[in-house]
Parts: sequence; C-alpha cells; structure tokens
Amino acid sequence: MSRHVVAKVGEIPPGQRKILVIGERRIGVFHSNGQYFALLDRCPHQGASLCSGMLFSLVDSSGPGEYRTSRESEMLRCPWHGWEFDIRTGQSWCDPSKMRVKTYPVSVEPGAELVKGPYVAETYPVAVEDEYVLVEI
Amino acid sequence: MSIPSMVGPELEDSRSKSKGLRVVDCDIHPSASSPTELAQFLPEGWRKHLGTYGARMPNQPTSNVVPYPRMAPGHGMRMDSWPPNGGFPASDLEFMREQLLDACDIEFGILQPLSGGSLTTNQELGAALSDAMNEWQLEKWTRKDKRLKAAICVPQEDPASAVATIERYAKDRDFVHIAVPTRTMEPFGRKRYWPIFEAAERSDLPICMHAPATGYHCNTPTGWVSYYIEEHVAFAHPPQTIITSMIMEGVFERFPGLKVVLVEGGFAWVPPLAWRLDSLWKRMRDEVPRVKRPPSEYLREHFWFTTQPVEESERPSDLLDTIRWIGADRLMFSTDYPHWDFDDPKRAFKVELSEDDRKAIFRENAVALFRLDEK
Repeated sequence: MSRHVVAKVGEIPPGQRKILVIGERRIGVFHSNGQYFALLDRCPHQGASLCSGMLFSLVDSSGPGEYRTSRESEMLRCPWHGWEFDIRTGQSWCDPSKMRVKTYPVSVEPGAELVKGPYVAETYPVAVEDEYVLVEI
Repeated sequence: MSIPSMVGPELEDSRSKSKGLRVVDCDIHPSASSPTELAQFLPEGWRKHLGTYGARMPNQPTSNVVPYPRMAPGHGMRMDSWPPNGGFPASDLEFMREQLLDACDIEFGILQPLSGGSLTTNQELGAALSDAMNEWQLEKWTRKDKRLKAAICVPQEDPASAVATIERYAKDRDFVHIAVPTRTMEPFGRKRYWPIFEAAERSDLPICMHAPATGYHCNTPTGWVSYYIEEHVAFAHPPQTIITSMIMEGVFERFPGLKVVLVEGGFAWVPPLAWRLDSLWKRMRDEVPRVKRPPSEYLREHFWFTTQPVEESERPSDLLDTIRWIGADRLMFSTDYPHWDFDDPKRAFKVELSEDDRKAIFRENAVALFRLDEK
C-alpha cells in the first residue's frame, strides 16, 4: 500500500472529478458534497472509462406513480451502458453482490504533515500552508 | 511511489490494443456533421422542398427528434463518442478511426445509415433521399476509408424505385448490402416487396434489416409503450414477424438465393420461434402448401443475425446452447457504434467461445456473406 498526493484541496470543485494515472492504474477522484472518493476508472461490465460518466442522485420509488431522489451526486453512471455505481462503495446498484468497481481510501491532510513524510519528493509539490487530497493504493 | 499525472491523449490504454482479434463490425451508424449536409446531395428541387416542408416521417414529429428520447444527456450516444472537434457522434471520420476502427482493430465496418428515404412518407422524396444517402456514403466514408462498406438505401414502400436504386449501385463493390428498416408498411413477405427480393438475389446482395427508432406501425402490436426500456425490448418483435411472414409467403421457394440479416434485434429468441413454427407447420402445412420444408430449415438457410447487444444469460452455458442451436455460422459481430449500447469486441461475450466459433462470428461469416474478400 502506498499513498499518493493527487490534488490540492480546492483543485477539484464540488461535483467534479479528476482522472489521473497512478502507476498502471487510471483512477477517478471525485469531490462530492465536501467528501472525496476514489474509484478505478474501468467499468467492470465492458471496460469503459467509468469515471468519465456523470454523477446522479439515486432514484427510487415506493410504488407506481411515485418517485423520490436521494444521495445527491453519489451515483456514478457509466458513459456506455448506463450502469450505476455507488461512489462510496463501488457497488453496482443492480447487482451489488457480484459487480463492483474497486474503490480506494481517500484522505485530506495538511501540507505541514506531508512535508514530514515520504510523500513529497516524487509526487506533487506540497506547500506547508495548504491541504491535500491523498489516495491510498 | 509513482508520479500521478493527468490523463492525456498520449496515454495508451492497454485494453484498446489489439489482441489478434480481426473483426468485421456489421453495425456502424454514420452521421452527418450538420442537419443540411445530406441535403447537399439532393437535386435542387428536392433540396428546396426539404427546406420548406421537411421530411415527414411516420411517428416522428421532426427529423431530429426520436419518438422515445433516450439516455439523455447524450442523445442515445456513447457519452465519449462526441467528437472533440465538434459535431455529432460518428460524423467525423478521423475520430471514428481513432475510437472505433483502429482501437477495436476493425478490418471492415458495415455502415447502417438510419435516417433517410426508407421511412419518408412522401415516397418520391424518399427515393431522392435514399439516393442522396447512397452518394453521401461514397463521398464521405467509403472512398475515404476502404475499411468502410456502404448500404444501398432504398425506399422499400415504392418497390419500383427501390429496384432502380439497387440496379444503379449493385455493381459498385463499395456497397455490400441493401438496407430496409424492420417496421415496414406490410409484413415483409408480401408480394409487393418481391421485386426487391428479385433484385437482391440477382445482385447477390443481402438485405440488412435494422431496428429503427421509427416505423410505419406502433413499436408493439398492442400500441405505443410507455418507456424507452420497453421500446428497446420491442426491437426484437418485428424480426420475428419478418421471419414468419417471409417463410409462410413462400419467399424462399421463389428466391432460393435470398439472404436476410436481422440487425440489432437480438438472437436468443430464435430457437423457440423456430420450434413453434415447426410444430404449427406440422399441423397446418396444408394452409401454406408453398412451404415445402419445416420452417426452421428456411430460417437456418436464409437468415443471419448480428450480435449486439449480446444477450447476457444468467448461466453462461445457456448462451452457448443458444449459439449452438442457431449456428455459429449465422451470427455476425456488431458494435452499434456510436450508440450508447455499444458492444466492445473484446468484452461483449461473457462466455468463452471456441476458436472456430470466435473466428466465424467476429469475421469469417461477414466476409463470406458481404463478399468482403472480392475487390
């Protein structure tokens, strides 16, 4: 396991994402309602760039004629076939037990902490006064 | 620890590299770059007519709106298929090369143009639009990339015009099939369409019947459905009527060389349809004495099916059984590019095909049927 600085806090606006390469992996880092989530950028269905998809709310219904939405901008929809994935867990909405996309832990840390650690030199220019988003691979 | 970087166009995705799979894609939907592009291929009189009155199509309010809006945003397209330089998906040859032909190692791509004259209610305009579509395919696609092969678009409800169109283009090997939508005005085995069958047989060109967004009838026999998900399922209905009608009307007794490809209608329903036809034929054969053999024999000899969207059976072995029954020699791979329900050749089948079946489905059946190895 290793941690990688992927962005400065504020660099990814709310509701947006940054897709980047860490090692051999393409990872999408999402900023949703003040929280960050990281997912592998490959749909488990047919391999599309899942993290290029749009974020939607979860649409649900208690019966015909009714619908409600929840979990604003936390469902990621594949740009090819529209499969929905929960950005918190990577689980597919329709087949949560079998179909999931890999997720990675994300944390936010102050630059003052990072300059002490081993993260700085090879990754991202870090300033003591800023905060950074880290993904653990 | 590695250095993260933003993904740029220079990044090669390992999945997009060829894995030695040579592919013929039997369902590519080319698009015009602008609403007026196709009109440039019309004679001036029809161009003026089109500008003043538009192209009236059954159950479609205007030519830019489909009856069932789909997968917005994106207009029913793969979200990543919008060309970076602007324009509609599959309207830019350079980007189609990059995203489809090169990325998926497509050796030949069969064009299936969807809008045009076949469903224009003014049939004279329909004939003119068909010709415009044929010239447009040559000019914009097949002469610029020899991998792409065109469809002879015809106004099938006016068979005399359709035959004239077929005869005009049949000798040009840039054209490899005749395109007819699945929701025709009458069941497709009826005699009014026989001149088209005769011309198709004479020119040794298969007829490709693609499920259109629009058609001369409701999208199901009991009326218009509520949802796009229902319409998508209903793409599988007209092909079953086509098979039944053409066999029962005796089309293949009269035209033993006729070949029909059912495009994007699915294929898992084929075995039970054949069983039903055969069992009924044994009981009522004398109603249709022109049908001399079990219907399933005509079906196996005269029909081909494209694969997209490949059925995803719960148990993989069920799909293999289905393929075995239909015959791996009758299935032909298709992507449906640039539509949202695109199938990637390396990921479409969730089951392991034998090497022979894989070669047949992904390439050889189409090469033989469309005579792609002829110059």
